[in-house]
Amino acid sequence: MSDEAKDKTTGKTKGKAEDVASAIPAQSDGTQEKSGGTATLTKDAAAGETLLKVTGLQKHFPIKKGLLQRQVGAVRAVDGIDFEVRSGETLGVVGESGCGKSTMGRLITRLLEPTAGTVEFQGKDITHLGVGGMRPMRRDVQMIFQDPYSSLNPRHTIGTIVSAPFKLQGVEPEGGVKKEVQRLLSVVGLNPEHYNRYPHEFSGGQRQRIGIARALALSPKLVVADEPVSALDVSIQAQVVNLLDDLQQELGLTYVIIAHDLSVVRHVSDRIAVMYLGKIMELADRDLLYKSPMHPYTKALMSAVPIPDPARRGAKSERILLKGDVPSPIAPPSGCRFHTRCWKATQVCTTTEPPLKELRPGQQVACHHPENFEDQAPQDVVLLSAAKEAAELVSDDALAQSAATSAAVAAEVSETGSDGGESAAEGSEAEESRAEESRSEEK
Amino acid sequence: MSELSKSGAAVGEPTGSASGSNAFLEVRDLKVHFPTDDGLVKSVDGLSFQLERGKTLGIVGESGSGKSVTSLGIMGLHTAGQYGRRKAQISGEIWLDGTELLSADADQVRKLRGRQMAMIFQDPLSALHPYYTIGQQIVEAYRIHHDVDKKTAKRRAVEMLDRVGIPQPDKRVDSYPHEFSGGMRQRAMIAMSLVNNPELLIADEPTTALDVTVQAQILDLIRDLQKEFGSAVIIITHDLGVVAELADDLLVMYGGRCVERGPAEKVFYEPRHPYTWGLLGSMPRLDRDQQERLTPVKGSPPSLINLPSGCAFNPRCPYADVPKDDVTRTVRPELTEIGSKHWAACHMSQEQRERIWTEEIAPKL
Repeated sequence: MSDEAKDKTTGKTKGKAEDVASAIPAQSDGTQEKSGGTATLTKDAAAGETLLKVTGLQKHFPIKKGLLQRQVGAVRAVDGIDFEVRSGETLGVVGESGCGKSTMGRLITRLLEPTAGTVEFQGKDITHLGVGGMRPMRRDVQMIFQDPYSSLNPRHTIGTIVSAPFKLQGVEPEGGVKKEVQRLLSVVGLNPEHYNRYPHEFSGGQRQRIGIARALALSPKLVVADEPVSALDVSIQAQVVNLLDDLQQELGLTYVIIAHDLSVVRHVSDRIAVMYLGKIMELADRDLLYKSPMHPYTKALMSAVPIPDPARRGAKSERILLKGDVPSPIAPPSGCRFHTRCWKATQVCTTTEPPLKELRPGQQVACHHPENFEDQAPQDVVLLSAAKEAAELVSDDALAQSAATSAAVAAEVSETGSDGGESAAEGSEAEESRAEESRSEEK
Repeated sequence: MSELSKSGAAVGEPTGSASGSNAFLEVRDLKVHFPTDDGLVKSVDGLSFQLERGKTLGIVGESGSGKSVTSLGIMGLHTAGQYGRRKAQISGEIWLDGTELLSADADQVRKLRGRQMAMIFQDPLSALHPYYTIGQQIVEAYRIHHDVDKKTAKRRAVEMLDRVGIPQPDKRVDSYPHEFSGGMRQRAMIAMSLVNNPELLIADEPTTALDVTVQAQILDLIRDLQKEFGSAVIIITHDLGVVAELADDLLVMYGGRCVERGPAEKVFYEPRHPYTWGLLGSMPRLDRDQQERLTPVKGSPPSLINLPSGCAFNPRCPYADVPKDDVTRTVRPELTEIGSKHWAACHMSQEQRERIWTEEIAPKL
């Protein structure tokens, strides 16, 4: 589609932002009436209320061997995670490949059956609903897939693809399916006249827009996007990121965005969960996480992102290189899963799994020896030999700085005594800003 | 790393015509066209650059801009391969250390390939042979160019695996590619390409398939090895972060042509082509405060069969109407030198571009 046309449609979308916002709920009301008893969800979550709640969620994929196909082990893709998604926010989920983030996405949309734990959507337990039970929920939870090539049926026209949700749900939108599909196409910035074209006639970015139109068809409440932009070129990536932004503002959507690109995640998310080997290592508000990450893994992950600024080339002092690869999720390390690659690991890390604790308002961390905060296991100071090796890859500056911040926070905490967590949090924030300053001075 | 002393890597317009070249690698007016049923695909359409030993050139661009076709062209992998039943049409000159590669016969190029120039491919799983062990593949690459027995070659393979940071190299040398993780496969690929101490290393999206933590390891490795071996490196990527890490010089490609090239600092801090602005504006950046909104390039990349007339970027360029008389839509802009070793192909005057960059683009990044 030509650029002028696209401009026109996006312009139009903006112009009728109000129309869109009002049109979509109106349409969903109408459909609920028509489809009668299937609609079970009537109360809408107000912004900020918990929309989705996940408790102790696990997914183990069995490994079977031999003639009798006996189970010999399991890939612990997701191994006990808890989080909430609030209405109207964007939760970003990051992690390396194999950390279970995609499995998590498929579990909360119930495309996979969890091994244990519960998933609650708008206060209703949907963990073990069957296909029929899930059907009314499918209208409220939609998914955008990573690969815009394999997620669209090549034999179907765009019209058929985007109208499929209406058919499956038995919904007759106001003004007819075709008109509604064309409206959706223009909402995502495609030319509505391309209704009869096939997926191969579109570029990658346009296909991703088709996938988004399909996900929006039933005006869902929650959209789970699994790597929505990673298959796209940089310039197209930015277009799709902006589109997701606009749609959220216009339609009040809630997103769970799963991605491996930390800069994209920071751009789109309000809160971010960092996953490693099936566990959440840190779950925090965006600004807290990026300004003062507490988990060593988060810190390493962020320092590894190449910065498009040649002046910072080879700035090894800032980079924390992790040794080796992620361990196998079939037999994850004991205690803290990150201890095999962590430069701060001590004995306690090998034996006790640190719980995900809210150390500072808005920042939950699972670590015995967090960065930028008071040590959670100060009695344990002897580094593991693996940690010593790992520490060799971390520059002395970074180590000294992290030790200084932690000590200062600890001192602050002991001064304030039993005053409680809040002042400690303030202290650490102040400390952090001081550290920031000294860092910028160094530069 | 002395990133500020750029003098060695000349990126100026090549001078002279038929004579040999003084630069280690010099590409002159390279064109790679593929005839297809739909028409002639002009993947690379007149590309020139130079590269010195010990320097790194970064080539960036979107998919379909001709980055990989350029690298395969330098390696001489187009003439040998056939596309359907029709061959690629290649013209221009590629001088590698005084030898012109395009007119050289296949045997001569084969002797250079792997020995003087080597390549790291994007996807190590498809570039490694699944039936042979990692060791056998490295040994093969070594023995083609060195007359040694298998034992010596295998020792060399172990040594290389150790050098690229594979743990227990004497054991892993007998592993098959599927037994390696993604990062280790890429390390093995690098070991294989460096086994003959090539003077030119072409890395085509070497880290695209890898996680950030592994990417950081591999970029560090490439940088260290380059220092150690003093090779010239061409790194091809779509990620501006990766080139900023490694490259001394930068070449931005669009629609098979170079739209801007120059020292990395110049291209990052004073870019003078709207497409480069678009690329920079499309990236969310971790080192800056949260941007409110990204400023993407509108539209999508052009068809290489029917490039837009005039400047190939004009349908996507927000400033296409700045130059008078519709010149952007009728005349193709030439690459002109706008600063020391800094070249860009744009119809806007230098003053106009400088003003737009400082007033409109840079504040939004």
